[in-house]
Parts: sequence; structure tokens; C-alpha cells
Amino acid sequence: MENDTFLSVESLSFGYNPGRLILKNINMHFRRGSVVALMGGSGCGKTTVLRAIGAQVRPQSGRVMLDGTDVHKLDRAGLAAARRKIGMLFQHGALFTDLSVYDNVAFPLREHTNLPSAMIRDLVLMKLHAVGLRGASRLMPAEVSGGMARRVALARSIALDPPLLMYDEPFAGLDPISLGTIAHLVKNLNAALGATTMLVTHDVAETFRIVDYAYVMSAGEVIAEGTPDQLMASTDPQVKQFLNGRRDGPVPFHYPAAPIAEELGL
Amino acid sequence: MNQIAALGTWALGCFASLGFSFRFLVRLTWLSILSLGRPRLIVEQLYFIGNRSLSIITISGLFVGFVLGLQGYYTLERYGSAEALGLLVALSLSRELGPVVSALLFAGRAGTSLTAGIGLMKAGEQLAAMEMMGVDPMARVLAPRFVAALIAMPLLAAMFSAVGVMGSWIVGVQIIGVDAGSFWSQMQAGVDIRNDIGNGVIKSMIFGVICAFIALFVGHEATATPEGVSRATTDTVVASSLVVLGFDFMLTGLMFGGF
Repeated sequence: MENDTFLSVESLSFGYNPGRLILKNINMHFRRGSVVALMGGSGCGKTTVLRAIGAQVRPQSGRVMLDGTDVHKLDRAGLAAARRKIGMLFQHGALFTDLSVYDNVAFPLREHTNLPSAMIRDLVLMKLHAVGLRGASRLMPAEVSGGMARRVALARSIALDPPLLMYDEPFAGLDPISLGTIAHLVKNLNAALGATTMLVTHDVAETFRIVDYAYVMSAGEVIAEGTPDQLMASTDPQVKQFLNGRRDGPVPFHYPAAPIAEELGL
Repeated sequence: MNQIAALGTWALGCFASLGFSFRFLVRLTWLSILSLGRPRLIVEQLYFIGNRSLSIITISGLFVGFVLGLQGYYTLERYGSAEALGLLVALSLSRELGPVVSALLFAGRAGTSLTAGIGLMKAGEQLAAMEMMGVDPMARVLAPRFVAALIAMPLLAAMFSAVGVMGSWIVGVQIIGVDAGSFWSQMQAGVDIRNDIGNGVIKSMIFGVICAFIALFVGHEATATPEGVSRATTDTVVASSLVVLGFDFMLTGLMFGGF
């Protein structure tokens, strides 16, 4: 089981201010080749987990083991090498706005390889073909829609065929067609690359269709984990509220405040 | 007691910021040296930073030259030495106005563009994306811009001074009627290559370092929101202008005597 784990997050705690932890004792394990979701409401710390895995933030305690290496103990060069094993899709694509679609996808190849330009061209066109945007290679990021930008970013994140793919809210703000397309690509690329995929999202329906396993977070803690079927059968009121999208429950509708009668002077 | 503690906290914060910015400058300088191995990136930035500042620098230089020609003639003519107009203009421009005004214009034109560009890349997670690809944003994005600004600044200052001299020639010689021979010969005889032009070039190189560093540092450390980028852009102009003027006073004192 241990050798089968590509990525593990062990007893991870993190906070920007020492007294206020955003992540509290997080434990997660990602099997090679699996598609795993990290779910939870806005602000529960999902993206911070991604940032901790990518060593963009340093945890107060705990560790992140990526393919047998603790990423927070690496020096600058080691970290750069470890990050080449990760393909990350940012929430809004994070395309380089001064580069064309083609140059965006070619960027990691040009930075990390000495391949001749003809070979880079073939690789870029293959990646763009995989996301259905070979015909858009000459466009600038400002000329493509949000869904297309997300697909270009996806092509860029798989440019070096990384063994770990991390997606930050890949479905947020997309129309149903784009959303379906991205979900299809996430699943297919995982299979095609033999990669381990981590999906940070709060879109329950679309996510449960494509993942093997999921973690549910709330207020910086993992409150539940399991396969989609196990989670749907959960009796935990907080998990049920999140998965069924109920307005009120353990997570209250109202932000803490004085009683309204008192506030209005009634 | 609380006030003493607050003062101590403030002082510690200032030292920490100074230390942080100094480390930033050292690392940026080292990465800039390494970036010389990728001249294509520098040339690209040289076009954006240098070439695109050319119009504002030359037009401003021309008008400053016009005004210097008029004001210089007005003063010199009182003492019957209007022929020294060329010398006055050349010395004013090469020693002082060329480096300083072009640095202020550079901070306004290229500095703001650098800060906004880097700040927007940060706000759009482009720098984070680059980092996650195993590419150091400081080496790939900031260093080539720093080198390009360092190359562009003295060239722009030289262009400013040259166009300024032409402007004063148009006003002084062509319009007012100062003798052309005296205008050029006094300039040739009175301007020293090392002391006047050389020190002016050194000044503009130092101003280039100041403007580029402030623009890149402020952009890199900007709060990653539209308001943060907007504030950072303003901060760049204010800080660059003040530091350039302060350094100009010190450099003038050191180079041309006084201290």
C-alpha cells in the first residue's frame, strides 16, 4: 500500500499567522493513477492544501511526501525539479497574457528541455489537439473564452507529461458544455498519462462522476473521506449539508451576529 | 511604555523591510548576470522598455532644449555673453537635466509599465504558475527587465541630452540669431568628456538601477488585487522620483565637488 502511494500529506498544519491555523492536522493519501477530489465550501482551505503540496507555503508542522521526497526539505534546485513532476491548473488558467496560446503551451518545454523547435512544435500541437484547440494555437489569451483558456492551461500543465496533475476549481464559472468538456478531459488525460490526479472543487455532481476517492474539508479539517458512494451514504450532518447543498445546517446561513431585534432596537 | 514598544516595533519593521529589499536586490543582480546567457529575453524587454520610451524622451528633450535656449539666452545676454549659450545648455543637460529628467520620465513611462505588468502577472497567478512549473519568475521575468532597463537608461539620457542640444540650437541659433560658430565651438571647448559627459552617464546608470529596482520590487511585492496593483503603480512613481532626486543631490556633490 505504501509503495502504491504517489503523494501523501501527513499531519499537515499551516497558518499565515502563528496563532490562527488555516489547515489543522490534514492527512491525505493519493494512490498512483487515481483521481481524487478535495471538496469543501469556499474558504475551507482546499487551495491552501494545493499550495502546501506545491511548497508555495511552508507548513508549521507535518510533511508532504511526493514520490518519496519531502517537498518542504528540498533546496531551491530540488524544489524546481520536484515541481516539474506536477502539472497544475490554476483556477482562472493563469495563462501568460503576453504569449500566444502556442507559446503558452510551449513555455515549459522551452524552459526545461533543449528540444529542437520542430519537435516542440509537434508536441505543442499534440497537446493542443488533446484539448481540442489545435486550431486556436495562434490566438492570444485575451481572444479565447474562459472555458477555452482553461483548456489551454490544461494543455500547458500536461506539456511535460507530469506524473501528478492538480486542478484548482477546474469547473468554476464554466457553461455546461465547457464544464462537461473539462470533466471529460480530466478523466481521459489521467488515463492517457497514467498520472495521479487531484481535483480541488465544490462541484459535487460533476466531480463524483469522475473521481475514485474524495476528501471533504471544512474549516481547515478533513471531516470525511471515501468513495463517492460511501460519502453519499454518510450520515454526518455537515457532509450531508455540503453534498446536498442545503442552505442551513451545521454550517449556519447567518454570519455570527447579535439578534436582529436587538440590532434594530425592537 | 506602549509608545516605546510601538516605536521599537516600527524600527524593527523598517530594518526587516530594508533587509528584505536588499536581499531582493542582491538576488536580482545575481540572476541578471546569469540572464546575460539568454540575450533574446533581454532584447525583447529592451524593445518594450527602451524603444517605447523613446518618443516621450525625445519630445521632452526637445522642449527642454527649447526652454533652455530661451532662458539661457535671456540670462547670458544681460552679461554680453550670449555666445556661451551652447556651453551652458550642453553642461546643464549632460551633467544634470539629461540624467535626472530622463530618469523621472523613465519612472513615469517604463517604471509604471514594469510595476503594473509584474503586479498583474502576480494578481493573475502567472508568477505562481511559473513557479509551479519549476521556473523561477525572478530569473525568467524580472532579471531580463532589470538588465534591459540598465542598458536603456543611459542611452535614453544621452538621447535626451542630444535632442535637448538640438532644441536649444533651433531656438538660440536659428530663431534668436546667436552665432552658430560660437555656439558649437564654446560647447566643444568647455565640455569635458570625463568630468561632464562621463559623470552624467554614471549618474544615469545609477538612476537606471534605482528606477528599475523600485519598479520591479514594488510590482513583485504588490498586493495581488486590482487596488493593490493600482497603488503599487503610484508608489513606483513617487518612490523612484524621490530617490532619484535625493541621489542626484548626493552624486552631484560627490562628482562635481562640494562634499
